[in-house]
Amino acid sequence: MRLEAIPNPSAARKIGLPALALLATLGVAMLLALIAGANPFAVLGQIARGALGSKLAILETLNRATPLIFTGLAVAVAFRAKLWNIGAEAQLYAGAIMAVVLGTGALGSPLVLPVSAGAAMLAGAALLLGPVLLKTRLGVDEVVTTLLLNFIMLLFVSYLLEGPMKDPMGMGWPKSPALIPEARLPRIVEGLRLHWGFALAIIAAVAVWVIQTRTTLGFEIRAVGQNPEAARFAGMPVNAVLVKTALLSGGLAALAGWSEVAGLKGHLSSDLSPGFGYTGIIVAMLALLHPLGVVVTAIFVAGIFVGSDAMSRAAGVPTYIADMLLATALLFMVLAILLTRVRVVRG
Amino acid sequence: MSEIVDILISASFWAAVIRIASPLILATMGELICERAGVLNLGIEGIMVIGAFTGWMAVYQGMPLWGGVAVAMAAGMLFGLLHSVLTVPFGLSQHVVGLGVTLLATASASFAYRLMLPQVTSPPKITPFQPLYIPGLSDLPWLGAALSQTALTWFAFAVAGLVAFTLYRTPLGLAVRAVGENPAAVEAQGLSVTGLRMGAVIVGSGLMAVGGAFLTLSAFSSFFFEMVNGRGWICIALVVFGAWKPGKAVLGAILFAAFDALQIRLQQTALGAVLPYQLFLALPFLLSILALILMSRRAEVPAALMVPYNKGER
Repeated sequence: MRLEAIPNPSAARKIGLPALALLATLGVAMLLALIAGANPFAVLGQIARGALGSKLAILETLNRATPLIFTGLAVAVAFRAKLWNIGAEAQLYAGAIMAVVLGTGALGSPLVLPVSAGAAMLAGAALLLGPVLLKTRLGVDEVVTTLLLNFIMLLFVSYLLEGPMKDPMGMGWPKSPALIPEARLPRIVEGLRLHWGFALAIIAAVAVWVIQTRTTLGFEIRAVGQNPEAARFAGMPVNAVLVKTALLSGGLAALAGWSEVAGLKGHLSSDLSPGFGYTGIIVAMLALLHPLGVVVTAIFVAGIFVGSDAMSRAAGVPTYIADMLLATALLFMVLAILLTRVRVVRG
Repeated sequence: MSEIVDILISASFWAAVIRIASPLILATMGELICERAGVLNLGIEGIMVIGAFTGWMAVYQGMPLWGGVAVAMAAGMLFGLLHSVLTVPFGLSQHVVGLGVTLLATASASFAYRLMLPQVTSPPKITPFQPLYIPGLSDLPWLGAALSQTALTWFAFAVAGLVAFTLYRTPLGLAVRAVGENPAAVEAQGLSVTGLRMGAVIVGSGLMAVGGAFLTLSAFSSFFFEMVNGRGWICIALVVFGAWKPGKAVLGAILFAAFDALQIRLQQTALGAVLPYQLFLALPFLLSILALILMSRRAEVPAALMVPYNKGER
């Protein structure tokens, strides 16, 4: 078999195949439910109800979506330039550390929130700068370096929480002291458990969309991602574009950790992120790297997680079904997107 | 300083080095085969997890230890098949597919674990491979203790030898290497680029899974969710460090294991009292990055690595 480009793919093909990918994922979900000895339709219903069935469930889903929007944007920005930043997890923790460093008394209102957000972005950007310079200067593959940095960062966080950043009142638990009230992100609506981090995440998505569609940098990022040689030939500073992309990407990922600490948790612990950095890859790919799409897919992915937690308690199907579904959706989706552009022919 | 020398000349240290190197050697050989054929396999981390889980679960369910190894290998090959179908004939991004395979394999292991053992708080233990007694060798002073290893370790070194032999001394190995350098030329010889690359990824993934199974069947006697803990990513660095050559990659794995064994022992010395233990634990990852930087100037990367091949396209 070989692949043959389709000159003008039809709209039906462009919409139908991704829809088919989602349907196929649904099929896998039902199959897994059957394997687990549960009623497939009941399981799907429970996931949907758990994610969206009540005001509380919806707010929980939106809260869970907040860090995923940030990490999804971080990945989308980087992947657009074919910069494989798999280190959003580490950059997230860099942002979280900054929220604690500046939010536990070092600064007061009204400076603390904007300054700690800025510092978080700088820390995340700095963390990605190393791997990107290694890539542009020495040709070291950034996939492996960013992945390895995730592990180093988690150990660093563990060191901080057991040493210099340990909460003396923490009853021995490895966690940081609590943020001062002025360093916390307030709730959007009083009484509803949804913090301003969610609104900021949407603002960030719009900002990224504006950068990508309305600025020279956005144009350069796309050109570098599509064909670095051609971009270089056209006189574009390819390496400088990659560095700028990295700063943006690392900064966005750091905001995920910053908003989790300042908005949701109020302190740092080493289980702050259940893999938000890695899940950001799925969020970004499902959104086809579109920044506004990231908001939608992040809410979808968060809903799967929150819904699966609720379903697992009721139906006894392991909650890891969520991770399996999302990985399946990712693989189906990249295949579906390819098949909108090419067809398989014999020979 | 004398403490370090004492450690370095002890047989138990070298026994640990060889033990720590074994899973790395198996998985590194797996990744090396994939990359020599032109396919980067980022599924390695998850495939090691699925190997660790399935091998352990098979033995827990009553299979013999080698049966567990075979089950792990089969499970790894299955995920290798998935990876290769998507990246070879369809030519999808090896980065994205690899990460997807890692996520899927890791989640599958977690899902299956919870499904099969819904109530347990600590994972049940199995009886793992025991160190082999080799008449003559095992009675030697020092060397006997250093080479007191399980059959799976000997298997790992045998696999490395077999991979080196196959790659450099057989027509199949020549074809695999050629397909990673110049697939069009291989096609012109009447060989199937798709078949060779898919085969390499499937076999390589099988070896990665056996590397994972080493952790549950030989090193520890249980399965833990986080037990692979980045070893897969380290193996990718080891392939680069070994300049895509099996012999050098094995040496790299041993060197790396030596540092790992040393850091564990240094934690118990005066140095360990001063420095945070996290620094010691981070050492393997820091070393991997250092290895990548040191080797970056060498241009021995397979020419067609990460370049999909589509027949009739030039």
